[in-house]
Amino acid sequence: MENRQRVQQNLKDGVKVPEPIAVPHAKGKPRLLLMGQRSSFMEFQVWDFPGQIDVFDNPAFPFDMDAIFGEIGALIWVIDAQDDYLEAVARLNATILHLQRSYQHINIEVFIHKVDGLSDDYKLDIQRDITIRIQDELSDQGVENAPVNFHLTSIYNHSIFEAFSKVIQKLIPRLGQLEAILTNLCRTCRFEKAYLFDVNTKIYIATDSTPEDMASYEICSDYVDVIIDFTEVYGSWQRTPEWRKRLEGPPWEQKLEDQVACEWAESGMVLADAQRPIMLREVDRFLALVAIMKEGSYEKMPQINMNVDVVVKGLTEFFEITKSKMTPTAVPGGVTAVGGNEVMNGHGMVGDGR
Amino acid sequence: MADYDQPTMGASTAAAAAHAQLKKVKKQKVLLMGKSGSGKSSMRSIIFSNYLARDTRRLGATIDIDLSHVKFLGNLTLNLWDCGGQEAFMENYLSQQRAHVFSNVGVLIYVFDIESRDVDRDLATYVNIISALVQYSREAKVFVLIHKMDLIQPMTREDVFDRRVALVRRKTAEAVAIVRKQKPEVSGVGGGLPGPGGGGGGGAMMAGSLPSPELSTPIPDLEVEMQLFATSIWDQSLYKAWASIIHDLVPNLSVIETQLASLGVAIDADEILLFERTSFLVVSKWTSPEGESNPYGDRFERMSNILKAWKHTCSKYTGTPRNAEQFSDFEYKMGANFSMFVTKFTTNTYILVCMPPGEARFNSAKLNVAAARPWFRFLDGPMIAPTAGIGSSQMLSGLAAAGGEVA
Repeated sequence: MENRQRVQQNLKDGVKVPEPIAVPHAKGKPRLLLMGQRSSFMEFQVWDFPGQIDVFDNPAFPFDMDAIFGEIGALIWVIDAQDDYLEAVARLNATILHLQRSYQHINIEVFIHKVDGLSDDYKLDIQRDITIRIQDELSDQGVENAPVNFHLTSIYNHSIFEAFSKVIQKLIPRLGQLEAILTNLCRTCRFEKAYLFDVNTKIYIATDSTPEDMASYEICSDYVDVIIDFTEVYGSWQRTPEWRKRLEGPPWEQKLEDQVACEWAESGMVLADAQRPIMLREVDRFLALVAIMKEGSYEKMPQINMNVDVVVKGLTEFFEITKSKMTPTAVPGGVTAVGGNEVMNGHGMVGDGR
Repeated sequence: MADYDQPTMGASTAAAAAHAQLKKVKKQKVLLMGKSGSGKSSMRSIIFSNYLARDTRRLGATIDIDLSHVKFLGNLTLNLWDCGGQEAFMENYLSQQRAHVFSNVGVLIYVFDIESRDVDRDLATYVNIISALVQYSREAKVFVLIHKMDLIQPMTREDVFDRRVALVRRKTAEAVAIVRKQKPEVSGVGGGLPGPGGGGGGGAMMAGSLPSPELSTPIPDLEVEMQLFATSIWDQSLYKAWASIIHDLVPNLSVIETQLASLGVAIDADEILLFERTSFLVVSKWTSPEGESNPYGDRFERMSNILKAWKHTCSKYTGTPRNAEQFSDFEYKMGANFSMFVTKFTTNTYILVCMPPGEARFNSAKLNVAAARPWFRFLDGPMIAPTAGIGSSQMLSGLAAAGGEVA
């Protein structure tokens, strides 16, 4: 057993099947949106493993392999890019070979970590080097097409969130359908990029099919932060009954709930440089849809809001069905047909507006 | 409708009267002093140049005096003297450049490093600075920032701060006492008022101070107006301190406040904050009785902090310079809980309005805020002609439109 620990953390991420536990039942009741004791959209456990212990070869204390690996969906292996990684790679190889024998469904995600401060060329060199070492070893052992993915990460920018997002996305049932809904929405409303965020962790569980770029992820995730902060300051305390009474009295004569257009949080922001708007819409207690729009489309906000409304409804239904996951085969057809259809209607509407 | 018109009309006449004095550009000399490495230039960069806290480590030591002119709200220019804090410079300020540095000072901001090892020496320098200041600019206000508070354990932070405050206040009194005694000699201005006495023991601090003979002569009544803040660049405490500094410098503050209040009542808001465009410091605020029950007492500086961080994100995304304008409009409706918007208001200001939920209410408030812009045009600098009359009529028509929409 080596003393020096090259693998900084070697955390095994036991990710169970995601369970969206977030479908609101009591509609119209006042709620604290985006707030309160929320957990994440996905119920998953993270098992953090000490790097110095070899799970597979530990005669003093044999591990129960099935208990550890039987249920997990992904294994994250962290490699320190600023250190000598040969030994870490060798151990990773051993681990992959073990897992490939009995648990082929586990995604193996390699985080090449601490790449901040390294030049772009050097980063890619390291990634290539590690990839080749692992693939050579695996093919020598006769293992082909093992589900191994590589991510360059750092905690000093959003790359670690991006990497985690990709890991989580692979474990979401029917991700393709979710992405199709978002892609459709983007085309309809002329969005540049749309993300479905898990508000609590800033992990995005789906995005549309346009190429990913870190910049748009960063601004969207920071936007979620801004909204959370505003909500805490102005939305987390109870107003007096008199305040409510006055607002519901003349000249409005309506309950406050009926005076608002949308019972969930919705927000829009116009960037000054090219009048590019960003919009956010809460989907349920855990999820928010954030999108960057094309220049000058702020005037069409009402139509866009209606389209987004429809998509949000579709998403809610989608999660309701995938949650029950009783009949997985029946899932996609029904829901996404609804989502898709309605978006198509939306398409016509925006077309009129143009 | 009637109860909306009343306050707005009142304010517009008050504004008209005040507009006459609004034309002049006001200049304020602000001295930023403190020991070398205490964080003066860092905080200046964060407040006025939109640096992120972690970027300030790139700043080197300030050599001599770094003079900058910060245009604040158009009709106020801050001449910011960032004085390098190395001892050689300090001595120079106190001797050769004494009159040059310390005359016509509007505000002195003195920064103490809470982690400093040689507190006695820091305080001795501070006493010298205060004496020089009182000697040349009697009216100057003093803000003492006890900086780098993030390095103190949160549990003991308040204690440490209180102790330091007591110490600084005592030293200030000593410094003033010294000058009081010297005053008749130095400038020959003998005020008729007898001094309140006390502080006799302070003479021991300075080598040049003269004991008892002066006590019999009439002493000018000298008091230093000072405020102390615990600050750190890593949280919003910095914005709190600077907002109070700025607050005292903004001309026509009472006009801004009354107009903001009438706007708030007219649009049925819970809270209105007025930010300066570059620094995002809160220039003025108004809160409804309902809004007063907001448990977050630090929300003003928090808003500055949040919006500033957001601005930084935007500039990274758009690739525009940090100081450029980053967003023009922001709105947020949180179901039946509250609505808010932040929008560009006048050329130099942004306005944040937090209000009760409701689409109609929200839209009319936005229209009214847009209509109220001419009222606040004086914020943008010396005016060509007072437009209060036009402004108020626009406002009224705006209200009428809004009222129609509501009904």
